[in-house]
Amino acid sequence: MYNLIGAGLIVIGGGIGLGMIGGKAMEGIARQPEAAGKIQTAMIIIGALLEGLAFGALLLGK
Amino acid sequence: MIFIFNSYLCTKFWRSKFFELFTMNIASKYLNKIVLILVLTFSLQGFSKTDPNNEASAETTTGKIDTKEEIDSYIEHHLKDAHDFHIFSYTTDAGVENHIGFPLPVILWTSNGLVTFKSSEFHHDDDAQVIVERNGLKFTKLHSIIYELEANASSISFDEEHHPTNASKVLDFSITKSVAGMLIAGLLMILAFRALASGYKKSAIPKGFARVLEPLVLYVRDEIARPNIGEKHYRKYMGFLLTVFFFIWILNLMGLTPLGFNVTGQIAVTVCLALFTFFIVQFSGNKDYWKHIFWMPGVPILMKIALIPVELLGILTKPFALLVRLFANITAGHSIVMGITALMILLKAQFGTVGATGISVLLTLFLSVIEVLVAFLQAYIFTMLSSLFIGMAVAEHDHDHEHDVHDHEKVDVEDIRADFI
Repeated sequence: MYNLIGAGLIVIGGGIGLGMIGGKAMEGIARQPEAAGKIQTAMIIIGALLEGLAFGALLLGK
Repeated sequence: MIFIFNSYLCTKFWRSKFFELFTMNIASKYLNKIVLILVLTFSLQGFSKTDPNNEASAETTTGKIDTKEEIDSYIEHHLKDAHDFHIFSYTTDAGVENHIGFPLPVILWTSNGLVTFKSSEFHHDDDAQVIVERNGLKFTKLHSIIYELEANASSISFDEEHHPTNASKVLDFSITKSVAGMLIAGLLMILAFRALASGYKKSAIPKGFARVLEPLVLYVRDEIARPNIGEKHYRKYMGFLLTVFFFIWILNLMGLTPLGFNVTGQIAVTVCLALFTFFIVQFSGNKDYWKHIFWMPGVPILMKIALIPVELLGILTKPFALLVRLFANITAGHSIVMGITALMILLKAQFGTVGATGISVLLTLFLSVIEVLVAFLQAYIFTMLSSLFIGMAVAEHDHDHEHDVHDHEKVDVEDIRADFI
């Protein structure tokens, strides 16, 4: 029961993080379309790091 | 046969020398492959028939998976490694359950030496009901683990925690589903990349399938290795990065076929892949890399001491994050796709057979398309982060910064900018 609540909290946290990364990347691309490639790469790397964190926490809670 | 028939048809209807030659070429070129595919298809065998009167399997011989618990255990079974390929099962009207798939070799190192047999001898049993006798030893399989029974035991018995009491584990070197998957991926890579490499001896422009591979290789080199490792060192690591990229990608894609591979979803596989990255990073670390771990420059001395355990932990968490990310992504993808497929059964009462099947097929199609993207993305991210970590280890810091009176490095605006770009 508690691990399910924990899983929900992890997903909320990860969702907020991914939303911020994605949103800021969008803003960045809109402001500087010529830097879209670099921004995307950085976005994917940070997204992957966040994902690793969230998955690690989910796995530990299982 | 196909070849003769083809050429006959062509001459008969088109009477064109060119077309005949063309078809002959195609037919003779692909005949081997067609025959191979046919042979493989028809050698699929029902390698197990469960007797409905058999008391042991009486509960499960309906062959249908109806309840939530059965679906959960089916998904769990798929996510684990197995000793055979299981494609599908069906139950005949007479109530006989048939399993369709391939058996794989079982190779065991026991107290009595090497023992080998086909996994079909277990008759698709996974609950230690079937006992195989070889070399005077008795073997049984429980939840994908093969146990050696004691000499006088006729069936396996358990203690309260469901651990076998009269059986011991053996060293299992079997070609399991995952091992077979990795061998196939390795073979595909050897064939494809040898063809690509030998193509360059003839001309600078690759032909055929190599044209698909060349841009991918260049992508790994120019978009992943070069910017992250640096112009000076990247060549040394290209072998590892390319291998790991294509290995993970091919295995991820194989996981989406109906053969039911789940290789990159086995934590043992991802641990090994991450260990490679770990050792390569540690062995290619230069003086600056170790200095930044044990004696961080440019911070007060108390901070230097406080940072040592943090940085040491950082060495371990990087490959840990790599292995968990790949494992959890693929496992989650597989269980979600299978869970959505199971909606077909769970929603039957509400939407009827056609409605439930339609919902489940549409959602599964949608998720499968996403999984194709994830398959590439995970291979990309693993390679990308590996090259990032290698790049951190081989990066050379220039030491000609001005130092102020306290021996601290002056902050260099250009440096900070370079870090961000």
